Amino acid sequence: MSEAKEKPEELWVKCQSCGVPVFRKTFIENMLVCDKCDHHHKMPARMRAEILFDEGTFEEWDENITSVNPLEFADDYEEKLEKDKVKTGLKDAILTGHGKIEGYPVSMGIMEFGFRGGSMGSVVGEKVIRLLEKASEKGMPAVIITASGGARMQEGMYSLMQLAKTNAGVLRMEEARLPYITVLTDPTTAGVAASYASVADIILAEPKAIIGFSGRRVIEQTIRQKLPADFQTSEFYLEHGFIDAVVHRHKLRKTLARLLAMFNGK
Amino acid sequence: MILEIERPLLELESKIEELRKLSTDGRVDLSVEIKALEQKVEDLKKDIYSNLSAWDKVQIARHNGRPTTGDYVEAMFSDFFELRGDRRARNDLAILAGIGVIGGRTVAVIGHQKGKNTKDNLKHNFGMGSPEGFRKAGRVMDMAARFGFPIICFIDTPGAYPGKEAEEKGQYEAIAGNILKMMSLRTPIICMVIGEGGSGGAFAIGVGDHIIMLENSIYSVISPEGCATILWRDATRASEAAKALRITSDSLLKIGLVDEVIPEPEGGAHRHPEEVFSRVKESLIRNLGELCSIPGEEMPKRRYEKYRKMGVFKEENG
Ligand SMILES: [Zn+2]
Repeated sequence: MSEAKEKPEELWVKCQSCGVPVFRKTFIENMLVCDKCDHHHKMPARMRAEILFDEGTFEEWDENITSVNPLEFADDYEEKLEKDKVKTGLKDAILTGHGKIEGYPVSMGIMEFGFRGGSMGSVVGEKVIRLLEKASEKGMPAVIITASGGARMQEGMYSLMQLAKTNAGVLRMEEARLPYITVLTDPTTAGVAASYASVADIILAEPKAIIGFSGRRVIEQTIRQKLPADFQTSEFYLEHGFIDAVVHRHKLRKTLARLLAMFNGK
Repeated sequence: MILEIERPLLELESKIEELRKLSTDGRVDLSVEIKALEQKVEDLKKDIYSNLSAWDKVQIARHNGRPTTGDYVEAMFSDFFELRGDRRARNDLAILAGIGVIGGRTVAVIGHQKGKNTKDNLKHNFGMGSPEGFRKAGRVMDMAARFGFPIICFIDTPGAYPGKEAEEKGQYEAIAGNILKMMSLRTPIICMVIGEGGSGGAFAIGVGDHIIMLENSIYSVISPEGCATILWRDATRASEAAKALRITSDSLLKIGLVDEVIPEPEGGAHRHPEEVFSRVKESLIRNLGELCSIPGEEMPKRRYEKYRKMGVFKEENG
């Protein structure tokens, strides 16, 4: 995940999939992709912005919107929020802004799994709709890179309402006839899968990301059978017709640039 | 199905019934005893129903004697024609859809359909929608908008079906597609939570201009059991989770995520369904009248404003 940031003193990191130790410097140069088994590790949002945008072009939007505890939820919600702020350098589970990719202006949302599992509460909803509103006003394409376990439980029904709120933003893009592209990364499930992640013009996914609505364990308990290993992966949904392409992380920037160029050249 | 909270009440009521039978034999006059018991029943009712916990309401909302979508349709509509299938693969019986007439107006009706007993529930998959069901709902919504029919949605589901095929057929996409559609439709949408409003599976037919809850219904982003499992790894603490999640009609009305609550007769909808039908019908006809006076092209704008505001956060300077 974000080993690179957590233990910078260690020279080696262990791949979370194959367990093989990888030289830290190589791991980072490889965009957190294991050079032995090609496993795509979860990537911090700010690192992703650095990799995707032309150098020095990224400008952040709405960085000071932060969560409250609207239901006075009894578990240590506020404490957890503070911890994740320190851990990720973000105030909630999404980074938004705009910049250029190979010269093409684009607005972008990048979800941060390290912040409460990328869960969507009021802040993610507000930042997504502001992103899409701004993109449609400025006539800019929008890309959202998702990484989320779903709605944020501690905000109860406010969280469920964000499914409609964020989709309202998508509608703005449709009305403005501007391209809206999503990139589903590991994991994109439940509330986020069931809203702005899956109603884009073009839907890309990183290899072997877990995607779906219900969790694997819940399904297995319900149907009382084991599910195959590739169930609910990017490749699975590519085959079933819900994803346009599975794109390797090393090729994501190039792919986005190609698409932006084509939409630009209409 | 007998709820724990109503057990003492039902026992008293059957005792009264017994005494009445004895009285009508004519040999003994028990009118004084009966009267005393009746008073006791009234006191007990007040005691029970004025102090319902969130968890009590979860039980009432899930009661298998509670009126279902089909019951409302039968009781309130002068005509109803069921529309079946998603035009792709299957007719999902967890979702009921059709066109009907209420208060002299043709409307589209969509609702989760639960069963009344185990056999019935297996047929309707406990009201847990699959992609085919949500896509059937979606095509009926499109048709309704084309003809200017308002849409009424009855929400009553534990959640979207967590099955293998449901995932293969894109459960998440089916839900997202409906939510996007409902944001954009140029016709009024009224959503009525009649029992359980279970997360995404409920919200797949839950975006609208006027959101109504029956008093003892619940609406939640996650089941209380699921929440308790995640928080404490203990599903038996669901009653605590039910309270913390604020899933009751009064709390959701208070925070403005719901627009209207329809009071239920004492004991809940399952005890006096006829009374509930008449209250729901009155509300629907009143709301249809108001919403239908607004031009269709205004509806998506109003809906945008409505959902745009939902959420609580704080914005710090600099
Ligand atoms: Zn590896």
